[in-house]
Amino acid sequence: MAVAHLHAEHHHHGQHHAPAALDAAIRLENVTIAYQRHPAVHHLTGAFARGSLTALVGPNGAGKSTLLKAIVGLVPLNGGSIEVADRAGLAFLPQVTEVDRSFPMTVREVVDLGHWRRIGAFRRLTPAMRAASAAALAEVGLAGLDERPIASLSVGQFQRVLFARLIAADASLILLDEPFNAIDQRTIQDLMALILRWHAAGRTVVAALHDLDFVRAHFPDCLLLAREPIAWGSTRDVLTPAHLASARVHADAWSGAADICAA
Amino acid sequence: MLYEVLISPFIDFAFMRRALVAVIAVALISGPLGVFLQLRRMSLMGDALAHAILPGVAIGFFLFGLDLWAMSVGGLVACLTVALLSGLVARMTPIKEDTSLAALYLVSLASGVLIVSMRGSTRDLLHILFGSLLSIGSDGLILVVATAILSLAAFAVIYRNLVVECFDPTYLRAVGGRGALAHMIFLILIVLNLVAAIQALGTLMAVGLMILPAAAARFWTRSVASMIALGSSLALVSGLLGLMGSYHLDLPPGPAIVLVAGLVYAGSVIAGRFGGLLGRLFPGAHLQH
Repeated sequence: MAVAHLHAEHHHHGQHHAPAALDAAIRLENVTIAYQRHPAVHHLTGAFARGSLTALVGPNGAGKSTLLKAIVGLVPLNGGSIEVADRAGLAFLPQVTEVDRSFPMTVREVVDLGHWRRIGAFRRLTPAMRAASAAALAEVGLAGLDERPIASLSVGQFQRVLFARLIAADASLILLDEPFNAIDQRTIQDLMALILRWHAAGRTVVAALHDLDFVRAHFPDCLLLAREPIAWGSTRDVLTPAHLASARVHADAWSGAADICAA
Repeated sequence: MLYEVLISPFIDFAFMRRALVAVIAVALISGPLGVFLQLRRMSLMGDALAHAILPGVAIGFFLFGLDLWAMSVGGLVACLTVALLSGLVARMTPIKEDTSLAALYLVSLASGVLIVSMRGSTRDLLHILFGSLLSIGSDGLILVVATAILSLAAFAVIYRNLVVECFDPTYLRAVGGRGALAHMIFLILIVLNLVAAIQALGTLMAVGLMILPAAAARFWTRSVASMIALGSSLALVSGLLGLMGSYHLDLPPGPAIVLVAGLVYAGSVIAGRFGGLLGRLFPGAHLQH
């Protein structure tokens, strides 16, 4: 039922069916993003409330990464609009495959990149920023590894370094693209605890994830996406068998000869 | 004895002094450009671009003879055209980047050699292919040195953006960095310096001082900054040794310089501290922690 309701709604795109939030960190208005005219995200309307902790789930190719990148401003929209309340306070964790892990850099240099918005291309790090980087590294459990080349780290350690960079960025809005892919259990536990501390501190967090049981255990809110928005709200209401079945149907419906969307 | 080998050629001959200045300029800018060609996995593309210069230089030569400016402008236009074309072909057709570059490389070389031979002698052809370091004029010298200085300045401006663009382009764009712009300026610097270097090293060798010393440097250091410093230093050493070798042994300077750089590279592959072959064969006893 909720599926039909949602479909009816996104064609009238006026209301926000996400957690009824007046104070939105991100507001999406009828957002459509297409690759070669095929929509990867189709008529998505809603809002991520300030301070919310939301999991972005859906089958492969459901548009999770695409939506995150659109919010960051990395891919152009084909329709609709995205409004980010505090764009200067936005931090993004790319998928680990998009980062060159063999690059000749030290752990400290990567964490220092968290200060980019304050130092840009030309200014120096202040002692306070250096201290913040060191503290961030300690918080992810890598104190003392400052001068290690990143090429010598394990995948899990490297992901900890990227989280330390997010801590250093001191962002109010944190977007995570598949943060736990191919990561060991211990690291997942530690980093999830860190995410929950961000949530407790009032930061807004959106994470694209695969493991539904993990999402049920840790994430209060959830957006189920299968190119179309299937459901958005509290995780308990979203991850129902009916919604998940609907998501699978939508994800499989891709065809090379689609008609032009009239909406 | 040492004085006669190392110093007196430069005291006695103005052409050796000019060659020395040109080599220093080319070597200094080669370090940073070569290191980033390598880090961006674009070494082969640099090579193909260098070859793409040839037809342009050849047309300049065909119309105006051995004129510095005609040949440089021709090279510049050809290089930019080809860079755009190869990008277009790779993006818009099923042809992959490596095939597109190889195709380009062959057509450029063939048409360049053909055009030069229609008008000039074999000697002219050798000049264009391998440079004329020992007969570089003051115009050529000004071109080489000015390009190197301006490029070093531009490089300092784009440096931080360029590093992060190589390491993590998505993050850089998310925090408002100018990675794409830095990359474009970097490509323009490559083209400008290749064109300037044909004076000294010729179209075939222009890219040699960029790629070989930078590749050698990767075996000795693990930070970008020191890799650049070492790349420039190794390029400088190769340039000086090659220049003297060419003077004393009466060899063409371009190939001599690139060969010395090749020896430095081979030595680094074998004995390099990080990832060299000897280290792989004899790893040493393991440490306590």
